[in-house]
Amino acid sequence: MRNVFLFIRRYFTFISFVLLQVLALSMLFRYNKFHRAVFLGKANEITGYVNSQYDNVDDYFHLKEENVRIHRMNDSLLNLLQTNFIKVDTSSHLFTDTVRVDTINLVRKYLAKEAKVVSNSINSQKNYFQINRGSKQGIRDNMAVINSDGSVAGQVVGVSENFSQVMSLLNVHTTVSAMMKKSRNNGRVEWDGQSPFYVTLRNIPKSDSVIIGDTVLTGINSYNYPPGWMIGTVSEIVDDKTTNFYVLRVRPTANFQNLQQVFVIENLQRDEQVALDKATQKKVDELNKRRQ
Amino acid sequence: MTDLVRNIFRFILFILLQVYVLDNVPALHKYIIPVIYYLFILWLPFSISRFWLLVVGFLTGLSYDFFTVTPGLHAAACVLIAYFRPFIVNILIPKDTSEFNYSEPSARAMGWPQYTVYVFALSLLHHGYLLLLEWLDVGGFLDFLIKIVTTTAISILLILTAEIIFPRRLKYRTNTA
Repeated sequence: MRNVFLFIRRYFTFISFVLLQVLALSMLFRYNKFHRAVFLGKANEITGYVNSQYDNVDDYFHLKEENVRIHRMNDSLLNLLQTNFIKVDTSSHLFTDTVRVDTINLVRKYLAKEAKVVSNSINSQKNYFQINRGSKQGIRDNMAVINSDGSVAGQVVGVSENFSQVMSLLNVHTTVSAMMKKSRNNGRVEWDGQSPFYVTLRNIPKSDSVIIGDTVLTGINSYNYPPGWMIGTVSEIVDDKTTNFYVLRVRPTANFQNLQQVFVIENLQRDEQVALDKATQKKVDELNKRRQ
Repeated sequence: MTDLVRNIFRFILFILLQVYVLDNVPALHKYIIPVIYYLFILWLPFSISRFWLLVVGFLTGLSYDFFTVTPGLHAAACVLIAYFRPFIVNILIPKDTSEFNYSEPSARAMGWPQYTVYVFALSLLHHGYLLLLEWLDVGGFLDFLIKIVTTTAISILLILTAEIIFPRRLKYRTNTA
């Protein structure tokens, strides 16, 4: 027994080194690839406070660009106003309502909430940013985040009471369903962790005639992102002879360097869609089993 | 200012500098990533015990991890350099303690060549380990090698510049302490 204590005393530093190292590595590898809710819960509230203090000052330096973006967004929304359209049928009455099913039987599928970015990173291979809205304000995992000019910024991956962590488009784990604006062909956008100025669009068949400058929008194959929001423009067509699909380098429209005001977009029917997806999968599996 | 107060102040300063200044530097190139926060560990006094050095290293890394949302990544790298720091210091400072009576590592205390080697060795360890962990997760071997070289070079440049621009008022170690 004495020898054990002597051993511990002699190698005390080394043992504590190994213990701390194991602690750090277990933290690193235990947390799921990007859902770090447990870690975030505590850390988010602390860093969130410091970040928002810093952000109060930082805001002034981006006011001008932010104004331009908001102005453009307003312009596009102004053109959607109901007063711009005339009603052909005089007997019908048009109401706009915020309840789920309104009088003209439109079902609201997406709901936007405004939020503000309080901290941001673009230098890492796994970039996250933090917004000042959390579970108290109705933010939940998997909601899409869209920049103030209407371009895709990321997806919520962790929520604490007053802050949320958003996985930026510039994160090696991000995959966004995308489509070409012209042909409506679907593909997916990923980031290779290299340059923050380019993301990669895959799975667009070579039968599609893509030219440089084509617009890439969010696609319809996603439960998180509403379709038709801009991701970026094609800036380079990589000639990959081994596949029948293009590999396209896309320049994101969102300037990730100075994200300020963003919108968090909730898919109100997401649970239903996911449940249907799961139920279908289950049914197909059962059918296959019966067939065997 | 006592050592404790001074180091707490320095700790806050380095973390904030890293998070709000260096992490916000516009991306010049994908390999140019300025990192300096671990200079806090390099500047801790010689007299700190090896166990506390490890604990302080762990806390430094973990606090930075809170901001970057990488639980344990920087903590692991900081514990590693905190563990190796005493060995490297022992090799580099003169054995004759009657001549050597500075309280913390600095270019003036150790001499420029020794200090540069000290900074180089610990920077290489820190970035090598950090990028190794990142590489295990993300991949890209050539990137990994180039990044070790570039980030180490930039960190050394930053640290030596900091050393020249902000000469610390050095306290002497006394026999009574």
